Amino acid sequence: MTNTSNIRFIQGNEACVEGALYAGINFFAGYPITPSTEIAEHLAQRLPAIGGKFIQMEDEIASMAAIIGASLTGSKVMTATSGPGFSLKQEALGYACMAEIPCVIANVQRGGPSTGNPTHVSQGDVNQARWGTHGDHSIVALTASNHQDVFKMTVEAFNIAETYRTPVVLLFDEVIGHMREKLEIPERGELPVVDRLRTSVPKGVDYHPYLPREDGRLPMSDFGAEHRYNVTGLFHDMWGFPNNDPQVVSDLLRHLVDKIENNWENICFYKEHWLDDADYVLISYGSSARSAKHIARNRRKRGMKIGVLELQTIWPFPTEIVREKCANAKAVMVVEMNMGQVVTQVKSAVDHPEKVFLANRIDGQLISPTDIKTTLRMIQGKGV
Amino acid sequence: METERIRLVFSGSGGQGVITAAIILAKAAVIFEGKNATQSQSYGAAARGGATRSDVLISEQDILFPKVIQPNILISLTQESYNKFAPILRPGGLLLMDNRYVTMEKKVAANHVALPMFDTVMKEIGKPIVFNICMLGTLIGLTELVKPESILKVLETTIPRDFMDMNKKALELGMELGASEA
Repeated sequence: MTNTSNIRFIQGNEACVEGALYAGINFFAGYPITPSTEIAEHLAQRLPAIGGKFIQMEDEIASMAAIIGASLTGSKVMTATSGPGFSLKQEALGYACMAEIPCVIANVQRGGPSTGNPTHVSQGDVNQARWGTHGDHSIVALTASNHQDVFKMTVEAFNIAETYRTPVVLLFDEVIGHMREKLEIPERGELPVVDRLRTSVPKGVDYHPYLPREDGRLPMSDFGAEHRYNVTGLFHDMWGFPNNDPQVVSDLLRHLVDKIENNWENICFYKEHWLDDADYVLISYGSSARSAKHIARNRRKRGMKIGVLELQTIWPFPTEIVREKCANAKAVMVVEMNMGQVVTQVKSAVDHPEKVFLANRIDGQLISPTDIKTTLRMIQGKGV
Repeated sequence: METERIRLVFSGSGGQGVITAAIILAKAAVIFEGKNATQSQSYGAAARGGATRSDVLISEQDILFPKVIQPNILISLTQESYNKFAPILRPGGLLLMDNRYVTMEKKVAANHVALPMFDTVMKEIGKPIVFNICMLGTLIGLTELVKPESILKVLETTIPRDFMDMNKKALELGMELGASEA
């Protein structure tokens, strides 16, 4: 008999909250915005009860700055927003990349640009997550299509943020955020939780905040506690002081990119459904992946060799995985709710970009299995 | 009725508790009957004053696409929501209406059930707040979608103890109404 006390029937935004709590969040700063507000609402209730802090800030960039500061002092932190707020956070997000501050930013996507289509679904912020802040950098963005995976990916986001000292973006969408379905909360220990790596350098001994260990990781010291050190958005040396020596600049930029890109195999999560003998490969993520799986399950019953590659990590883009899974496909169709953001990545990943098509919907409605079926018939030359 | 994947649309106007009723039903199916269910609702301008709508899917299988395009059960508690959603009901489906609020206009190919749910609640309990629970009772009296005990267990975890008797009575009144038509 299943233990019903671990079973919830909740919104995706609440599943994200449960995941964050499991991962050990103890500080949240944010500014409410549809369709992400329930994340803030529920953490406002839950964090004080476990000794954590919740702050509603005056705006989005202040919220981003607040979580960066709190993370430096040793907290596990998150903020949550949607497109317009994600735009406002970008400057401070770049600071977190440069200063290597672990933090999690949930973006529950709605229609854009600008204030756009507030209460309706979109997946239009995929490229913003990658390049929303200026300058060369690398970033991690994770997503999920059901509440169990929202929980899991939220835990992974905290783990990746701590392991690589980087901001991690959770790219959810309105359908997932607002829909209610089952979540079974894992027992403690069922999912790994990465704790803050703190320096073993004792008080009174020189601590180098940006001197990597041999394994590449940078142990942290809670800011304001035992060690004095500098943190800056400028290129900096191992003490954290501004430095524009060409060697320092080039080494640091390579480090910021390589620490993510060289570890893509540990960061790239995906799921495959009926791919073994698939002639037709659907690639999707987030709520649109539900429709892709729905149509594949139905078409399989009628003998069609069709499968789904569901991406859970969007950045770094899982180029190798996409190439391998699409190698034998007659056609590849990317199912997403934007004008073609992931399809561009897929085309550059595969050996035959001419076999890659886009099935999209951009009107604020969840793309339906019928929409996908129609596009599928078109590329098969069957008409609609 | 097709039991593989039951698709319901709850409709009415804001404040009648149709969305709450949809959540209670889906929660009962998931937590106390081990089934899969999803619930979603319309947000935005349409939810204020106009016809509100909540979609529920219940299935033994994984539920993937979570929206309802063609419901096999439609509940309409206002004329406006009836007018708007009756055309999408699957032929042969069930249309449950409150006969005080809804006058049937054009008969669609469905099992029409118009019952005095609101009037019964007002006569027996006198509080319109439990209209939605009476509707839920009627629905499960008609369809046996979930057991009444499962609904009661959800109510016990979500409403204050002092209101429990009133809700239980509303559920029972609804079940009697539903069973009389089943």
